[in-house]
Order: sequence, then C-alpha cells, then structure tokens
Amino acid sequence: MLARVLPPVLAAIAGGGILWQATDGAQAFTSEAARRLDVVQSPRKVPEVLLEDMTSRQVPLLPQAGEVVLVEFIYTVCGDICQIAAADFAEIRDRLQAHGVTARLLSVSFDPERDTPEQMSIYGDAHQADSRMWTVARPDQRDLPGLLDLFGVTVIPDEWGGFQHNAAIHMISSDGRFSAVFDTDAVEAVLAHLRGVQP
Amino acid sequence: MKMIALALLATAEAVALQGAAAGSPIQHVLVQMPLLVLAGVLLGWDLHSRRDWAGPLLLTALTVFLFWMLPRNVDWALTPAGELAKYLSLPLLLGVPLRLSWPWLGPVLRGFLKANGLSMLGVLGFLYTHAPVRICNFYLVSAQQELGFAFLYLAAALACLWAIPVLFGHPRRGPFGTAGCNRCGV
Repeated sequence: MLARVLPPVLAAIAGGGILWQATDGAQAFTSEAARRLDVVQSPRKVPEVLLEDMTSRQVPLLPQAGEVVLVEFIYTVCGDICQIAAADFAEIRDRLQAHGVTARLLSVSFDPERDTPEQMSIYGDAHQADSRMWTVARPDQRDLPGLLDLFGVTVIPDEWGGFQHNAAIHMISSDGRFSAVFDTDAVEAVLAHLRGVQP
Repeated sequence: MKMIALALLATAEAVALQGAAAGSPIQHVLVQMPLLVLAGVLLGWDLHSRRDWAGPLLLTALTVFLFWMLPRNVDWALTPAGELAKYLSLPLLLGVPLRLSWPWLGPVLRGFLKANGLSMLGVLGFLYTHAPVRICNFYLVSAQQELGFAFLYLAAALACLWAIPVLFGHPRRGPFGTAGCNRCGV
C-alpha cells in the first residue's frame, strides 16, 4: 500500500515545492514582480557613476549627504508612459519639497545617443524639471548596460522607432543601495515610504 | 530509430527558432516550446513504463508544464541559463514522462486534463489580451495581445479536434465501436 501511494505523493510534494520556489512563495509570477521582491529582500549596491544632465553638468547617481535618490528610466521622445510618469514624478517632487524631505529625483535616459542635453532640457521644460531637485540626465554609453542590468530594466525597440520598457520609480536609499521599486503612479506609496525613512 | 530521428529533427527545428522566439512570444510559447515537448514525446514513443510509475511521471510532466507557463520563466527562457533549462526540461521532463504515463491514464483523467487545458488556454487568452501592463518584460504589448488571441484560437481548434471522436466516432474504429467510450479520444 505504502509503496503504491508514496511515489505519487512525493512527486506531488516535490512539484509543489518547485513551483513554490519558482514563484517566490506564490508572490511573483512575472519577472517584474520578481525584480521588485528581490530588491526589497536584498538591496543592490549602486556603483559610483556620473551622469550628464540637461545643462551638461556632471551629476552623481549616488545619494549625497543623507539624501534619497529616486530614479526613473526614460527616453525623451517617449510618446505615452514616460510623459504620464513625468507628471507623477513632478507631483512627488512638489510634495517632497513641501514636506522638507531631502531627496533628489533623476530621470535617466536609456537612449544617450539621441538624448542630448538640448533634447533633455526640452523634456525637462515640458515637465518643470528645473535641475534643482529634479533633473534629466544621461549616462555614458559604456555605463548604460551595467545600469540597466543592476536596476533590472529591460528596454526593447517597438514598432515605431521608440522603445518599450518596464517603467518604475527606483529608490536608492541614503546608504547608496537600490532598495525599492514603485509603480510610476504610486505617489502615495513613495511618500509614505520616504516619510518612514526620514522622520 | 525513426522516432529518435524525428525527435532530433524537432529539437533542431526548435533550436533554429531561438532567434525568432526572442522577437515573437507566439513563436516562443506556441511553436518552439511545443516542438520541444513533441521531441520528448517522439523520443519516448517506443518506451514503456510500469503502471505504478504513471502517477509520478504525470505529476513531473504537470510540474514542468506549470513552471514554463509562468510569465517570469518565459522571460528567463530568453537568457542563456534559462535557454538551456528549456531545451533540457521540456523534452526530457515533460515530453517523455507525458508519453510514458499517457497509456495508463483512464478516460476520465484524460478528459479532465484536456478540459483543464482548454479552460487554461481560455483564461490565458483573456489575461494576455486584457492585461493593462506588460506581463513579459521581453515582449511588446502588441505581441502580448497577439499571443492572447493565439491562445484563444488554439483553444477553439483543440476543442474542435477533441470533439470529433465524441461526435463522429473514432476515425480508425468507425462510428461508436463496441469498445465504448473508454476508447474515445486516444
């Protein structure tokens, strides 16, 4: 009896265990969900990288002196999601300012070839990114693959010469580690998180 | 021998499709992956298993099937490690065990598996055509919707295919043979 029942039961347990592992305990069914979960569980160290902003200045990606850095990956001629995301990013900027939270917002271009400082300032003007608290910047082409890999951003060309990408707000905490991902429209969640971090 | 040659052919075809799979989820999920499973079925065509192994073998096949149905693993299958896992697991851990366990499965269990397959394709079709976000990071929204419709077409086609023996009798045994319903849809 036992010899007949045991193999299927073991196979079922093993199968269930594998699927449980493969979905992080039934929490993450897509790679986007898996990325967000992994970042929270094991924050990733962000390397020292300089970006060129829309006034051609070099700005650091890493947080300076106790601030928090919020990063969005964009390309400036993006037709849909980046524009809506930028409006939400502006709202986050305004509300963080009102609350006196020390933070810096970066819209980082993943198309540094086409997104010249002029192009980036057009995008910045359109969304009132005035390079004080929020600026638009591009990495060196050589740093780009490493950055996309670190943040888990996948960029694929679309049918109209643009790109599709997993858009999100990436948080680099003041210790220089990439530690959280939010939806681009999750304004309240970002504010709640930051108020928790900086009382 | 002939079956092994056919299995190798299906594998070669699947490997040749890797480039196309990176650009089109239909070619990836509905052409390449089924080809790999087919390769396993052909590989195990002349093999036989004992009856007591049918259960564990079927459960192995179902686990692997569900594993590759997860959108995050469809993304993973486009990275080198995932690609290798796909080439090995789909034929050897899905195709072969399915082929070995299938002769031992009763008509009710077969019907249950088929009905679940159809409803799952329907749910996936709905999900992929209506999801407000991209489910796989490596594919465009438009491609995701095409895949959703392909799931629905496939479900309709399989439903028709599996209904033929029920409605008109098995093609080789003539209409409603004496063997009765336990022979249906083999």
